[in-house]
Amino acid sequence: MADKVLMKGNEALAEAALRAGCEAFFGYPITPQTELAAYMAKRMPKEGGVYLQAESEIGAINMVYGAAGAGARCMTSTSSPGMSLKSEGISYIAGADLPAVIVNVMRGGPGLGGIQPSQADYWQATRATGHGDFHPIVLAPSTVQEMASSIHEAFELADEYRTPVIVLIDGMLGQMMEPVELPEKKETKKDKPWAVTGHGGKRAQNVINSLNLDTPGLERMNFERFERYEKIKENEQQAETYMTEDADIIIVAFGACARVSRTAVDKAREAGIKVGLIRPITLVPFTSDAIEEVVDQAKAFLTVEMNMGQMVEDVCLVVAGRAPVEFFGHTGGIIPTPNEVLEQVEKLNAEKGGDA
Amino acid sequence: MAQTVFERPKSLSDKPFTYCPGCTHGIAHRLIAETLDELDLADRAIGIAPVGCSVLAYEFFNTDMLQAAHGRAPAVATAVKRVHPDAIVFTYQGDGDLASIGTAETVHAATRGENIVVIFINNAIYGMTGGQMAPTSLPGQITQTSPTGRDVETQGYPIRMVEMLSTLDGVALAQRVSLDTPKHVREAKRAIKKAFQNQIDGKGYSIIEVMSTCPTNWGLSGPGAIEWLQENLLPYYPLGVYKDVSTNGDTVVESEV
Amino acid sequence: MSKVYNLLLAGFGGQGVLFAAKLLSYGGLIEGREVSWLPSYGPEMRGGTANCSVVLSEEPIGSPLVLEPDVLLAMNQPSYDKFKDDVVEGGVIIVDQMLVPDVQEREGVRLIKVPATTMAEDNDLKGLANVILTGVIVKESGCLDIKDVEAAIKKSISERKAHLLEPNIRALKLGYEFNDA
Repeated sequence: MADKVLMKGNEALAEAALRAGCEAFFGYPITPQTELAAYMAKRMPKEGGVYLQAESEIGAINMVYGAAGAGARCMTSTSSPGMSLKSEGISYIAGADLPAVIVNVMRGGPGLGGIQPSQADYWQATRATGHGDFHPIVLAPSTVQEMASSIHEAFELADEYRTPVIVLIDGMLGQMMEPVELPEKKETKKDKPWAVTGHGGKRAQNVINSLNLDTPGLERMNFERFERYEKIKENEQQAETYMTEDADIIIVAFGACARVSRTAVDKAREAGIKVGLIRPITLVPFTSDAIEEVVDQAKAFLTVEMNMGQMVEDVCLVVAGRAPVEFFGHTGGIIPTPNEVLEQVEKLNAEKGGDA
Repeated sequence: MAQTVFERPKSLSDKPFTYCPGCTHGIAHRLIAETLDELDLADRAIGIAPVGCSVLAYEFFNTDMLQAAHGRAPAVATAVKRVHPDAIVFTYQGDGDLASIGTAETVHAATRGENIVVIFINNAIYGMTGGQMAPTSLPGQITQTSPTGRDVETQGYPIRMVEMLSTLDGVALAQRVSLDTPKHVREAKRAIKKAFQNQIDGKGYSIIEVMSTCPTNWGLSGPGAIEWLQENLLPYYPLGVYKDVSTNGDTVVESEV
Repeated sequence: MSKVYNLLLAGFGGQGVLFAAKLLSYGGLIEGREVSWLPSYGPEMRGGTANCSVVLSEEPIGSPLVLEPDVLLAMNQPSYDKFKDDVVEGGVIIVDQMLVPDVQEREGVRLIKVPATTMAEDNDLKGLANVILTGVIVKESGCLDIKDVEAAIKKSISERKAHLLEPNIRALKLGYEFNDA
């Protein structure tokens, strides 16, 4: 087993990306993701890969489009305002069925907002990363270790389903240090016969393209893409459950909020309240299976988010009126505290006639 | 015995062009394809198609192609060239694409000295969307969005891209050519060939601005459009070499059309 | 469940609060424990208070944000004023008494006043008050074995700065041996 090292989330993710075979990184400075780009600037040239600071987020994501089209395992990282600028390129990447990884270290918004941690881009990541009918895969790690482990998976999913994959984290996870066991370097070079490399006179022309002026043709492309999305939904849902077996109150939270909620669950359990936690690791596909499993036993659901209530709508869609779904959150860079979450749990427990 | 004196360059596909009669895109495509053939580059060439009338350029060139978002071709080309340094990478962009929505990408690819070829088709109008004012539309030029003529007081002045880019250290070649006469077409061919040769030689960013026509949106016949180009565009956009590192960067401007 | 240590280190940016927190975190790593190090970040670090949460635990760490510290290190008056009431019953507040002159005793909370800045100056350890105070934290809280913090110093100082090793270790020991008489 490799030794554990103490690393910031942003840096651990960058190092793990290199070990996952990332060959090209394009970025633009923005807080709180900066360490990630800085780490890449230092390490990528030594690994023989491409590091380039683009003229803008738009430039960076279009470089990712180019590098992905050229067959490279590639990524970019940004924070919330930068993500809005990247949405154009992400739509083209989805439309051209290219594999690429985009990291968003979220901060408070809208507009310039703030630079403290936030989960305000949940809707953007899951519903509106760009124009047109598509969605990326969205992963939401909640520890530095998981940030390091999930980046390899992100690249693999991107390649397998030929889709952009967003790793959605918040400023807290990006900035904090935890011991991390870095994954071993993997040779993951995939055969990409569709990539533009120069045909060498040996094959027909390859074209990377999202344009299709033939309407039935474009519809077919969209149908095919959504068939892939169905497979993703069937095969790739991931959630961690904590003390849900006998729980009648189920907290649903991801990322930093899941950590806060986990502490709240421990405190509530000490007080005898039967509460558990579902932590979606994949936000797209949403972890409906994990919620479905507990929906019959649950007296109430509570989502805890660092926004005004976004994921709560996905939980409502799954629960479909079979139990009340409540929301608790903070915005603007404020991280909910375990005691605040505990208070919500106690209130729900009293209202729903829990055991304690 | 019959002898072939004229044929389609191998680097062009057999798909019929979708361009309007009298439009010079076809000539520009042909010059690039001839260059790719003559320098034996088709096997390792990768072209970047823009948004605009030449959005379908990937249908016409026989090389590997990427279709880029509006204005982003230089960023896409940058990444492709960096990932495959041995490939020959070129962009083909119109004036709205290169000089308006993609100005940032254009300027920064140039100043980074990306070793790519940029073919810039300047016909002073947005063609694909039906004839709106372009960044290069002339003062007084009537378009759909400057119905009484481009008013520089409110709509600003046209932008001379190769002059501007020639001030950047990263640029190896910045030249303006035209497709209005056989002589100019031959000059354009030489310029394009030089740009590709620069890339082979690792000299860096080369941009060839190609003065072109848009008879449909100018509301003119093919020959009429050529005349309009000669009388109106060429005086505003003088042909010539604005920067060439192989001639110590001297600017050579043609005074006569 | 064994003890979870919630440590909060606070001061001005540039006093080395983050480095002190890193040493404690590395010490935890060396002992094979779960560790989290969470700084406040942003422009306010330049002028106002910088603080860092450190959690040492045997179990996976939930919230890494320390709101109810067992140990508070305050290296300036605003930090002391801001966090002193958050310290849990049975906890300890450690201050650099040269920088935090205005303190009150609180029942159930130990207050350790350390003349760390003076100690640093007297022992040719200028700028290492933060490491001296790290030694005091280890001694007063028992959160780590001092040997592991010493090892953490060795891990945290690069070869290029090897000359800093000796003074850092000396500062740590000075703090660990500090007698709050």
